Parts: sequence; C-alpha cells; structure tokens
Amino acid sequence: MAYSDKVVDHYTNPRNIGTLDKSKNTVGTGLVGAPECGDVMRLQIEVNHETGIIEDAKFKTFGCGSAIASSSLATEWLKGKSIDEALKIDNMEIVEELALPPVKIHCSVLAEDAIRSAINDYRAKNGLEPIESEKTHF
Amino acid sequence: MLKLPIYLDNNATTQVDPRVFEAMTPYFLEAYGNAASKSHPFGWKAEEAVDYAREQIAQLIGSSEKEIIFTSGATESNNLAIKGVFEMYASKGNHIITLSTEHKAILDTCKHLEKQGAEVTYLSVGGDGLVTVEAIEAAIKPNTILVTVMYGNNELGVLQPIREIGALCKSKGVLFHSDATQAVGKIPVDVMADHIDLMSFTAHKMYGPKGVGALYVRRKNPRVKVTAQMDGGGHERGMRSGTLNVPGIVGFGKACEIARLEMAEEGARLQKMRDRLEAALLQLEESYLNGNKEHRLPHTSNISFKYVEGEGLMMGIKDIAVSSGSACTSASLEPSYVLKSLGLDDELAHSSLRFGLGRFTTDEEIDFTIKCVSEAVNKLRDMSPLWEMFKEGIDLKSIEWSEH
Repeated sequence: MAYSDKVVDHYTNPRNIGTLDKSKNTVGTGLVGAPECGDVMRLQIEVNHETGIIEDAKFKTFGCGSAIASSSLATEWLKGKSIDEALKIDNMEIVEELALPPVKIHCSVLAEDAIRSAINDYRAKNGLEPIESEKTHF
Repeated sequence: MLKLPIYLDNNATTQVDPRVFEAMTPYFLEAYGNAASKSHPFGWKAEEAVDYAREQIAQLIGSSEKEIIFTSGATESNNLAIKGVFEMYASKGNHIITLSTEHKAILDTCKHLEKQGAEVTYLSVGGDGLVTVEAIEAAIKPNTILVTVMYGNNELGVLQPIREIGALCKSKGVLFHSDATQAVGKIPVDVMADHIDLMSFTAHKMYGPKGVGALYVRRKNPRVKVTAQMDGGGHERGMRSGTLNVPGIVGFGKACEIARLEMAEEGARLQKMRDRLEAALLQLEESYLNGNKEHRLPHTSNISFKYVEGEGLMMGIKDIAVSSGSACTSASLEPSYVLKSLGLDDELAHSSLRFGLGRFTTDEEIDFTIKCVSEAVNKLRDMSPLWEMFKEGIDLKSIEWSEH
C-alpha cells in the first residue's frame, strides 16, 4: 500500500515532536491507544489562561506512518485555536487531509481521541468538568 | 554501485536465477508440447524435460524421481498432503498433530478438516520457537495418522528437530509430513535420513519460478498414498491431475541443481553476512533476536526493536524491502501469531522486522541496511512516547491503556 504524499511529508518532517511540562496547570496531556494494538499517541497542549487559546502543541507517537502523520497534523491544527474550536476537529477532516485509506481511519480516530483527552486533562487540572464525547465512531 | 531498493525479503520469494530463466525459455517458444502427449515429438520432448527435472529435484532431497508429485506450489502441496492423508487413511484414525507456528496453508487446512471430523492437536512451541520431540511423543495417540511439522519457520527461520521427529513417527507407525518450503535449497534436506514420508516445497523460494512446487510422497517403507484433491486426467500417478507446467518444472529442476551444487558455499556466505547484520542491529539498545539462535536457517534474522512500531519502521527504511510482524494494515490489528506463540509481548511482536538475505545480496547492501535501520530506529524512538517512558523508568505495564 502506498502512502499519500502528505503522510510521507508528516512522517519525514514531523511537526511539533516533543514534550511539554506536565506539572504546569496550563498543560493538558492526552495519552491514548495501547502498545499491544501497535498505536500509542501522546498529545499535549499548552493553553493561555487569559485568552483560552492553545499556544503550543506537542506530540510523540508509537505507531505506523499514518498514526505519526495524524498526530503531527493534529498539533499543527491545534496551535492558535481556542478549546472550543479544537473540540470541533473531526477525525474525518484528518482522513481527508491525509488521504488515509479505510484501514487507517483508526489512526485519525486516535488523534481525535488524543485531542479530547488532552483538553479534558487541562480542564481537570483547572477544576472543570470533562467534556463528554457526543459522537460514536464506527 | 548500490542499487535501490534493496531486496531483503527472500523468505517471501526470490529472484529467478538467470541460469534458471535461461533453461526455461525454450519450453515456451519451441518445445511447448504437452508432457502427456505420447504420440509426437513435441510431447516426447516435454516429457523428457520433465523427467530430467524430476531427477534434479529428487537428487536435491535424496529421494527417487518417482516420489516427486508436481503441484502449483507449497500451499497446494500442503493441502494435498494433509487432506490427501486424512481421506486415504480415514480407516486408521482421524488425529493430526501440528504446531501453532505453522504456515496458514497448514493451519487453515487443519481447521478445514476439523469441520469434517478430524481431531487436530496444535502444539505450542518454546520461547525459542522450537517444539520438543517429547511434546510430539506425548501427543501421539492410537488414532493419530499424521504428524506435520515445518522444517524451517518462515518468520523466524528456526529449524525444528525434524530428524528426531521423523524417527519418532517411524517408530510409532505414524506418517510424517514436513512443510520444507523455507529449508529445501538452503540447507541439506534428506528425506531418507530425516524419515520424512511427505514433504512440501516450492521453486520460487530457491531462485526458481513461481507457480510450481512439489510434494514428495514416499514409495517404500512405507508406501504412502494420498487421495487426489482434483479430478481429471490422472497425472502424477493419479495424485494430482492437470497438465504439467513444463517450463516451470524445467526451471524448478535447474534451481534444485544449482542449489545442490552451490548450497555449501552460498549458505556459509549468507550466514556470514546475516551474522554481521544481526550483530550490528543487536548493538542497538533494547533490540532482541526472535527465535533460537543456533538452530535456524543461515539467511534469516528476525529482530524486535522495542518501542518502535514495525510498520512505521518499514516506512523509515523505504529503500529496503523487508517484512514486519506488525499487522497494522490488517483489520484485526493483530500482530504475528508466530511471534505471539513464542510468548512475546504484543508490543515486541509489533516491533519486529524479518530480514531475509539471498543469493544476490551484497556486502554493500548489508552496510547500507545497518546504517539505514539504525538511523530509522533512533529517529522513531525520539518520537516514541513509549521510549520516553522507558527512559524515565516508567513500567509500561503499570499504565492503564485505553484499548481501541
């Protein structure tokens, strides 16, 4: 199976690899997936308390090229967005942007889960209720 | 000059040796007769070529040429052997013994027969991929008609104790089949010394063409028969109907002859290169060899690079053609069942690469592979959250993962 050019680009030049300081209450961390499934994504956001804008996003991913590309793209999209805007990122947008084939859709789902999980971690740290996912994935 | 991409997937298939190709060509355009045509020179010529190939093949495995049944490949040979014995020896029993690490052509054939009343024992293997003769002996029952154990494993390259298993089966009066697809042409295989009653092998794993294989069926001590699985003209002593693939068979014969003459030297050369590749890659932190180190094929190496996912790794070494135990592309997301049978954690199974060297592999290609794989592993570890946790001393088993 050949990868799309965009997947290859994100895999070769991943954006925003790294680690943010977990102890800060401006940082939210999402760790999703499982080693035995062959995919683990860790996505972190740093939110400006004043403006509510995501000012930085970092990731590290254990997984196939599509999983790496999905998380790399997610960090790119997150930067500069408000939490509400970030919550609107849909996995199918990632599928479209990266031209993921059907067998790789779970990679995009994982990236969406990682975003939500990072946001909820940030909310929890700041005494806010978690946001429940309204959609069900196929 | 190094030519890319590099082919290190010789357990999947091999390049046809130019000498094999050359031997085959006349049988497409000139001597294109049907080997079963007895009434004209076209048929005679084809039959003569087939007879000669049969001898070349028999010589490689120490059998008589009359014991070679041509098929379309090892999958068909395995089907014919197991289904054919199950039907032919139905009055003697219905129990078959095999291993959990066999190729799907064996396992799925056995599963098929279970639906038809067969009782199948799937023996597990040790952490090194090997079964013990004692385990086989303990599994043999009065209704056991067949033991089928692969010679060399396709994923790991490990070699089962075939000779001992053969001797055991002989002493118990149980037929012994071996799927020797990976071994024939690579290491000395002798059906007499190994006490093998039926053996599957194929041309395309030993620099011959695809689409032609053989089933060795013993004719003496004991005389073995299999029920044909296809009805037709009664070719191949009635065991496998269908017009013979004459060019393919000629190529198969030539490939066997070359293998017999060059095996010792080639095996030593490949092993030296394989060992060099392996030693360099095992220098990487947290990399592990899968399967027994001593008892294995000279050209195969299966290594897990912990905390790096196999498919992602293959993408990073796109100029090198290898296989991975990771099955990220399959809907099941299940890693290799062979690696799991060794008791490997799923994450190690997901992190494995199989390197299969071959006749045309060069030292230069091995140098490039060492460099490329090492760089890719290091790069992917830098972006692996698992590697970071490992480095921080976090036990991955202590984390509650969200399975998906």
